[in-house]
Amino acid sequence: MADNSRESSRVKGAALVEMRNVVIDGYSGETWHPIVKGIDLTLKRGEVLGLIGESGAGKSTLGLASMGYARPGCRITSGSITFDGIDLTKASKAEKRALWGSRIAYVAQSAAAAFNPAHRLMDQTVETAVTHAVMERGKAEADAKDLFGRLQLPNPGSIGHRFPHQVSGGQLQRAMTAMAMSCRPDLIIFDEPTTALDVTTQVEVLAAMRNIVEQFNTAAIYITHDLAVVAQMAHRIMVLRHGKLVEESETRQMLKSPKEEYTKSLWAVRALAKDESANDDVALEVRHVDAAYGNGFKVLDDVSIRVPRGRTVAVVGESGSGKSTTARVITGLLPPTKGEILFNGKALPPRLQDRDRDTLRRIQMIYQSADTALNPRQKVRDIIGRPLEFYLGLTGEKKDKRIEELLNAIELNGSYADRLPSELSGGQKQRVSIARALAAEPELIICDEVTSALDQIVQEEILHLLMRLQKDTNVTYLFITHDIATVRAIADEIVVMNKGKVVQQGLKSKVLNPPFPAYTELLLSSVPQMDPDWLTGLLAKRKAAT
Amino acid sequence: MHPVLRTVLQRLGLGVLTLLVVAVVIFSTLSFLPGGYAQNILGQGATPETVANFNHELGLDRPAPVRFAEWLGNIVLHADFGNSYAGLKGDIKRPVSSLIGPRFYNTFFLAAMAAVIAVPLALILGLLAALYRNSWFDRAVNAITLTTIASPEFFVAYVLMYFLAIKNRWFYSLSTVDVNTPFWEHVSKAALPALTMTLVIVAHMMRMTRASVISLLSSPYIEMAQLKGLSPGQVILRHALPNAWAPIATVIAFNLAYLVVGVVVVEVVFAYPGIGQLMVDSVSSRDMPVVQACALIFAATYILLNLIADIVAIVTNPRLLHPK
Amino acid sequence: MSSPTQDIRTMRAKRGFLGDSWALLKTAPLSAWFGMIVILIYGICAIFAPLIAPFGEAEVVGKAYEQSTALHWFGTDQIGRDVFTRVIFGARNTIGIALTTTLISFAIGGTLGVYAAVTRGWIDQIVSRVVDALMSIPVLIFALMLLAVFGKYLINLVLIIAVLDSTRVFRLARNVSLSVAVMDYVEAAKLRGEGLIWVVFREILPNVLPPLVAEFGLRFCFVFLTISALSFLGVGIQPPTADWGSMVAESKTLITYGRVQPLIPAGAIALLTVAVNFVVDWFLHKTSGLKD
Repeated sequence: MADNSRESSRVKGAALVEMRNVVIDGYSGETWHPIVKGIDLTLKRGEVLGLIGESGAGKSTLGLASMGYARPGCRITSGSITFDGIDLTKASKAEKRALWGSRIAYVAQSAAAAFNPAHRLMDQTVETAVTHAVMERGKAEADAKDLFGRLQLPNPGSIGHRFPHQVSGGQLQRAMTAMAMSCRPDLIIFDEPTTALDVTTQVEVLAAMRNIVEQFNTAAIYITHDLAVVAQMAHRIMVLRHGKLVEESETRQMLKSPKEEYTKSLWAVRALAKDESANDDVALEVRHVDAAYGNGFKVLDDVSIRVPRGRTVAVVGESGSGKSTTARVITGLLPPTKGEILFNGKALPPRLQDRDRDTLRRIQMIYQSADTALNPRQKVRDIIGRPLEFYLGLTGEKKDKRIEELLNAIELNGSYADRLPSELSGGQKQRVSIARALAAEPELIICDEVTSALDQIVQEEILHLLMRLQKDTNVTYLFITHDIATVRAIADEIVVMNKGKVVQQGLKSKVLNPPFPAYTELLLSSVPQMDPDWLTGLLAKRKAAT
Repeated sequence: MHPVLRTVLQRLGLGVLTLLVVAVVIFSTLSFLPGGYAQNILGQGATPETVANFNHELGLDRPAPVRFAEWLGNIVLHADFGNSYAGLKGDIKRPVSSLIGPRFYNTFFLAAMAAVIAVPLALILGLLAALYRNSWFDRAVNAITLTTIASPEFFVAYVLMYFLAIKNRWFYSLSTVDVNTPFWEHVSKAALPALTMTLVIVAHMMRMTRASVISLLSSPYIEMAQLKGLSPGQVILRHALPNAWAPIATVIAFNLAYLVVGVVVVEVVFAYPGIGQLMVDSVSSRDMPVVQACALIFAATYILLNLIADIVAIVTNPRLLHPK
Repeated sequence: MSSPTQDIRTMRAKRGFLGDSWALLKTAPLSAWFGMIVILIYGICAIFAPLIAPFGEAEVVGKAYEQSTALHWFGTDQIGRDVFTRVIFGARNTIGIALTTTLISFAIGGTLGVYAAVTRGWIDQIVSRVVDALMSIPVLIFALMLLAVFGKYLINLVLIIAVLDSTRVFRLARNVSLSVAVMDYVEAAKLRGEGLIWVVFREILPNVLPPLVAEFGLRFCFVFLTISALSFLGVGIQPPTADWGSMVAESKTLITYGRVQPLIPAGAIALLTVAVNFVVDWFLHKTSGLKD
């Protein structure tokens, strides 16, 4: 390990937090259900512990419980939680208040929501120190400016004068870390602090947070669903699932030789890889397209994309890159202001209303969230059956037979036909969305972030399914995503977009290997790797380059 | 121009426009009548001459836009709402404004009395219900307010009258006041109607307050403030209150507007000489200039209250106060 | 994917509509049960009024303003009609008129609201602006004014209140439909090439019905209270029709003699609106899934 102080503190530190057999209930459906089901947790001084798990694992609830706090609708039912010898389950509210902010600090997921919109950043940053009488106001302000500087915020001397809505998300997240650090607490809880950020921003925030935690030898609990992220931050990792501990070990140990199958599945998508293949037969071509929204704001600028038949083209970019807008333009929801779209060599009418039914049939779309893409009042049979009836004129027994075939194709049995979407799991819903697209027997399917709302292992299943279907039907995919691991898993060709422009298009092997255009390089290098030294290495490399 | 000023001016402009549209609507209701107003009043048997005479008398034979401009112009410039139809047959012309003047004061007096008690009471009760939500206090208050809201005003009024003025002679059952009534006597005579209004709007207002406070307190920045170790008082004063002005203003304005309408029924129950009672009487006698004047006053009050609430929301919005 | 919750889902899917309704009813709180029973009793009174009432609706059966006796439970009114009989017939008239008005209001406001939300064109713009203007005049005031112009006929009353109330229905129907219309499944239907009829009736309506049903209860209460208030003020439902609002007005002087007679029809109004509110409150709580 590059930094010896980190190594040593982890060995020498005395226990700071000890949780024994903690059970936490949550209230839903008019009864109490356990969310955290008997977990032990020990954190030493100066140690960074990663809590990792997928949605519903109880990781945030457990993290907050280490402060002795349960959100409204939750209650700590049993077990003991001690912080530096103080039993937090028995401590009075006043006793906990004395600890919160001064000795235990919290960094929330969405800094934009967790900062009070009515006060300046400086007032909120120094509030903890002043209220707990740790520092005088003037001294606290000077200290806050120092912290802003250490966290690499621009203009540390004056940024505190701004209101939360006046600075960017990544800056807010760093300001919140400064706020947490203001009393030099013994422990900071980071609750998914970078989940809402783009990858290129995430790197800067991660580096700033890790750096400051090390400087002050602060213990931390880092909560996330992203193993690669937590590997950069934590000395030790606990994997949680359904409120129970799956596995716990040192970071390097866990990455090198995970013991549990579930732990391995957390990087399931990264294990996927597809051999690219080229094809000169172009199914869809976007030619020099400009697009703008009603207010005249230009979102696409001279975008050209070629999508070869029977292949997968992945469009990658961060939020605001125009990748989803490109999909809207192709489907005809947003007619371009300039340029044209060729489908099988013929120009598509720009407006949806002007396309005939057969053209519509040939291009289908799958959405990010199956929750909103499936009508909650229609049964699976009706959802899949409608395109069969509408495009292909199938009715009665023929339709029923085809529905069953389609369900089999998405690896669900016929009994699912009479269920409502609410009676399906997230992955099953996404499969039904796929079946609906497939029912039209399309040539091109536009997949808009279809896996990003799913847990890793489900993502892998869905990607497998999509690839198998491509092999069987030779369908073409335009795959829109922000996740590079997904791109590696399924793409033949890659289009990199940034700020409404196409940065690069080419075969996967070409785009993912040097030489890179500047933005591609920034994007690719910012994607966290399953390597605890990745961030350290990247920062050293970037420093050397400047 | 500063965004706050610009937004306030936009909102003011919209308010004036709404008022103008409402004036047009109120004015033009008369002309919707098939066969014309005169025909309706004078009956089917009226000869064309009588009708023409009647229309000429009222000035109804001139083009509508001219009459509208004149009507509105007189209201805005001279507070003159024209003459009551009630005096048409006799020689004395009774200006609507002289009818409305003293009654406007009475209605304002009653509404102010109710508001002075109701607003602070409702805000405090609503805040308590939100802070102790799902307690027995909250549940009891919820059931009681739901019952009060659902009851017609006259039911509440008669129940109060029955128990507080008839069975126990604590209050006046009828609120006969005039211009010469001394202030404190006015207060005591208007007490029961004011109490009725108070009960009705406190229920509404505290439910709205409770809902706004709960939504405010569930903001992530409130949780953050708690986790910074601030005391409940500091959390409320420093973090909740600065963001609460807009919802508070909305709740108050909405309920005062509601009070203005409720006044009509309550005035009739207690025979209190206010605009509401005047309007009901004039509807029965189809004295249109008076009806229109009352409707315009009620609508204007309503629009004005909402305008004030919106402006409070604009001037307390940090995003507008401190643009990027 | 076969977790325990999955099995419960499967079971629920098989239980059928009646079973679902019963299971739902069993979870209803006391207040909702109270509300449903009251509504049921009112419904029976309204439908079978001539069978239940001891006398005819306008039958003069005694002297004016009699006290309550074994024969006339609630006494007699100002011209000697049986008050109990008129309260029963009042259920039929008052509820019937309010229900008709609310139905018309929903037919107008609901249709326009959903249509405006789906098409989002100039019709939406125009109707929304008109509704904004109309909504800045309180309903009771506007209704009083219009009744003065058009005359105090029942048909006018129903149409005026229906039109004024439909502005509120429009607002809600439009907002709810808008939130559904931006859903991906509606976009998916449009991308498939579906026409307006399919989008409205198959994709949007089934999803806006639950909030609209709850709103129907609340709008009914509001309409019912407004009509009662107008009747009480003497410009609503006119004699000799038995109606609770006007019955209060007719007997109001009795209260100064310490008689409770005027409180009976007033209480009847209050009880029904409270009952409907309790049921709606529970229904909203159920459908929104709010725990607060």
